[in-house]
Amino acid sequence: MNIKAKIIDKVGLERTITRLAHEILEHNGGSENIVLIGMRTRGEFLAKRIQKKIKEIDGNEPDLGILDVTLYRDDFRTRLKQPEVSVTDISFDITEKDIILIDDVLYTGRTVRSALDAIMDLGRPSTVQFCVLVDRGHREMPIAADYVGKNIPTSINEEVKLKMSEIDDEDAVYLVEVLNDQK
Amino acid sequence: MALSSNHLLGLQGVSKEDIQLILDTATTFREVLERPIKKVPTLQGKTILNLFYENSTRTRLSFELAEKRLSADTINFSKAGSSAAKGESFKDTVRNIESMKVDMIVVRHESAGVPKYLTQISNASIINAGDGRHEHPTQALLDMYSIRERLGQIEGLKICIVGDISHSRVALSNIYGLQAMGASISVCGPSTMIPWEIETLGVKVYNNIDKAIADHDVLNVLRIQLERDAGVLIPSVREYHNYFGITAERINKNNPNVLIMHPGPINRGVELSSEVADGPFQIILNQVTNGVAVRMAVLYLLGTKPEE
Repeated sequence: MNIKAKIIDKVGLERTITRLAHEILEHNGGSENIVLIGMRTRGEFLAKRIQKKIKEIDGNEPDLGILDVTLYRDDFRTRLKQPEVSVTDISFDITEKDIILIDDVLYTGRTVRSALDAIMDLGRPSTVQFCVLVDRGHREMPIAADYVGKNIPTSINEEVKLKMSEIDDEDAVYLVEVLNDQK
Repeated sequence: MALSSNHLLGLQGVSKEDIQLILDTATTFREVLERPIKKVPTLQGKTILNLFYENSTRTRLSFELAEKRLSADTINFSKAGSSAAKGESFKDTVRNIESMKVDMIVVRHESAGVPKYLTQISNASIINAGDGRHEHPTQALLDMYSIRERLGQIEGLKICIVGDISHSRVALSNIYGLQAMGASISVCGPSTMIPWEIETLGVKVYNNIDKAIADHDVLNVLRIQLERDAGVLIPSVREYHNYFGITAERINKNNPNVLIMHPGPINRGVELSSEVADGPFQIILNQVTNGVAVRMAVLYLLGTKPEE
């Protein structure tokens, strides 16, 4: 794996999260009815940062849940490795809520598709809005994000890696090249 | 991570890592069972055959529910009312059903070794739901899950299996599985119900129930299987209860912290008094709920395993 470029640094990530939080609040007229759902694993930490930011701005802390979509994936038949499942942790009722679904990278759109299925099994929200840090293109499903941190055009052989100090040693977004046999 | 085998025939020789993977995966499905819609699409398009040559309520319903909650298609075979009654051989029956394209077979049979034999005549992934007096791995896995859920971990625990050990496939699977997870195992029962040389499995033998209660963290109490001639091994059910039956009085006197488990169905007033079966010491109905989650985990791990 070769690092090609650092797209967002620590300060940039902080600014982007601040803007996303403001956009979410603006669009929903406050934080009253919104709940945040982060997708494992990086989306979870991103969601926690956005939650903190919303509290700073609005004074109110929206509920936060964590979604694991492994069981809803569409690629069980084609994968070479068995995906590891982990637990969905959403301890509040999502009925009639405005859900902000949060993930790090939007690529084919298949993960979001499975996330929508998973959410529908948990209840009937008023709206589901999708917030993503990086949109890298190459969609295979008719899906678009409501809040985008940064649009980064990529080639198929590239990948976008988010690093967060909660689990990595820094805050940054990298563009990396993936060789075919490592895919 | 994936399981190292394509089948679950027993827990003998299964590694700690594989057991841990099944138990961890079961935690995911335990959460699914708490949802308003208790179903995930993971095994869509897979067909599972439940091949039951022997009576069963819990295990069969539990497997069927687990399969349905993973969105698999299920077909059920039971010996009564089938062509087995017309004299068709086991092998022919299986070959015929398999021609209808099944991906997995859950099998229960009165003869030990049938699940292993199935792996030789079928391409499906085989799960043992109890074979003769041999093994009943998913029961032991759900016992382990329930112990872990209640006590936090299995390693270092002292666990005693009480009752008719010689007729029990649950006992053997529990011994293999719990030992792999680092627990120390004893058995307790009348000498006629303890197999000779069971000590060679690294198991301690107790003949006194009061001492067994006092010395252990968990008692896994087995049913006295009257349908399997257990009656010839004990003078009477009442005498068994007097010497080995677990009562609230015995628990309070010897070890009020002991955890009581039972794979069901319970003979009330024989191996457990009703007071214990319904009381605060036991997690019997938890075991049943966890059984669905554990079976979902096994079906998921075997059913989505990438082909080599």
